[in-house]
Amino acid sequence: MSDDHVYLTLAEGHEDDTRWAYGTGFEDPLHGVDTTVPEGVDAEALAAECVALADDALVSAQRLAEWVTRAPELEEEVALANIGLDLLGQARLLYSRAGQADGTGRDEDAYAYFRDAEDFRNVRLAELPGGDFAFAVVRLLVLSSWRLAHFRRLEAHPDPVLAAVAAKGVKELTYHRQYAAEWCVRLGDGTDESHRRMRAALDEAAPYLGELHTAYDVRDEVAEDLRQVTEAAGLTLPVHRPLPGSGRAGEHTEHLAPLLTELQGVARAHPGATW
Amino acid sequence: MVTGGPALLDAHRARHVAEQVPDPELPMLTLADLGVLRDVEVTVDGTVVASLTPTYSGCPAMAEMRADVAARLRDAGYPRVEIRTVLDPPWTSDWITESGRLKLAEHGIAPPGAAPRGPVSLVLSPTRPAVPCPRCGSADTEETSRFAATSCKALWRCRACREPFEYVKEI
Repeated sequence: MSDDHVYLTLAEGHEDDTRWAYGTGFEDPLHGVDTTVPEGVDAEALAAECVALADDALVSAQRLAEWVTRAPELEEEVALANIGLDLLGQARLLYSRAGQADGTGRDEDAYAYFRDAEDFRNVRLAELPGGDFAFAVVRLLVLSSWRLAHFRRLEAHPDPVLAAVAAKGVKELTYHRQYAAEWCVRLGDGTDESHRRMRAALDEAAPYLGELHTAYDVRDEVAEDLRQVTEAAGLTLPVHRPLPGSGRAGEHTEHLAPLLTELQGVARAHPGATW
Repeated sequence: MVTGGPALLDAHRARHVAEQVPDPELPMLTLADLGVLRDVEVTVDGTVVASLTPTYSGCPAMAEMRADVAARLRDAGYPRVEIRTVLDPPWTSDWITESGRLKLAEHGIAPPGAAPRGPVSLVLSPTRPAVPCPRCGSADTEETSRFAATSCKALWRCRACREPFEYVKEI
């Protein structure tokens, strides 16, 4: 393939071909979907719910992507990146839906790149630094179990778009939870060192579990997943007093802002660019 | 909308064109084989409306699929093309056609079994059925990674013929 051909391929579809270096551009992931908000659905509440779920997914995806080149094995990098990609896809659909529902018409980029930390509504567990691989799999287990239980309820949501995003996501999250659970058991029931690190990871995550509320009561389902996994792993879930505050109210740890700086840097340096 | 006669023939032809577009990541399959092409119709003003559904929420090939279908239809003489996204019902691996499954196996990729219906429980014991090796047919295989080069595949290894292979996951 000649250089000319590469250039033409990249430049295709751009009126202004000086922009080719930014890539070939994203398209609206909800293009062609009926975007009417059904009667009886509170559009503002729908938008808020979509943003919160999208923020959880975007921030999680960013943390998962940090494992690329750093995971214990190449296969795990591929796995964590794939899981992050699923979550990023969910985030894109949910941001697009939020922009339609709240009447602002904002696109996915406006939500992802042009809001500051205090505007994000993700739970704090998602934003904590990557730390140990044991923490990565504990966090993934907790968040995927919680999100899966929540999405199962959302499949019956009166907004057909959110319901469809949830129905698709349920299938993906089932794989994420299974992957995380298997690693938790392997490490918890592994060597003394891996067991010790799993206990430390559970201790680190436990204070943030109290924040995992939804409009639906899914506590029993999540508790059952965690019980099943910790039991098989020879671990016990530590009891911690929940930390005050909530990411859902825009109250975050000091770790979110640096994450967003990295995530948003290029978009803010080149406003209007597509890639 | 389509009422019959020449318009109906035109819709058949447009559908045939769209159905032949190969998947960007599994090029041995057409979009029809993969089951992501939901519908093709021709409106009264001659616009071809093709509906696609994503395999996974984050499938990065979606944009390319949309562009490929639009380009093929334009090349086939339909200047007005609209590509719609359909999310409901969600794609499952059951949408892969029989001929699609045969083509996967011919190319050394194990086709998926039946997709699970309803909620799937956590399984912590190694009871998942083995996937037969697409090369030698042996059932003596093991998973090496649940995730592979694309969202829809897992990595497996055959203990009989020693070959690694990819496997399209049930979802």
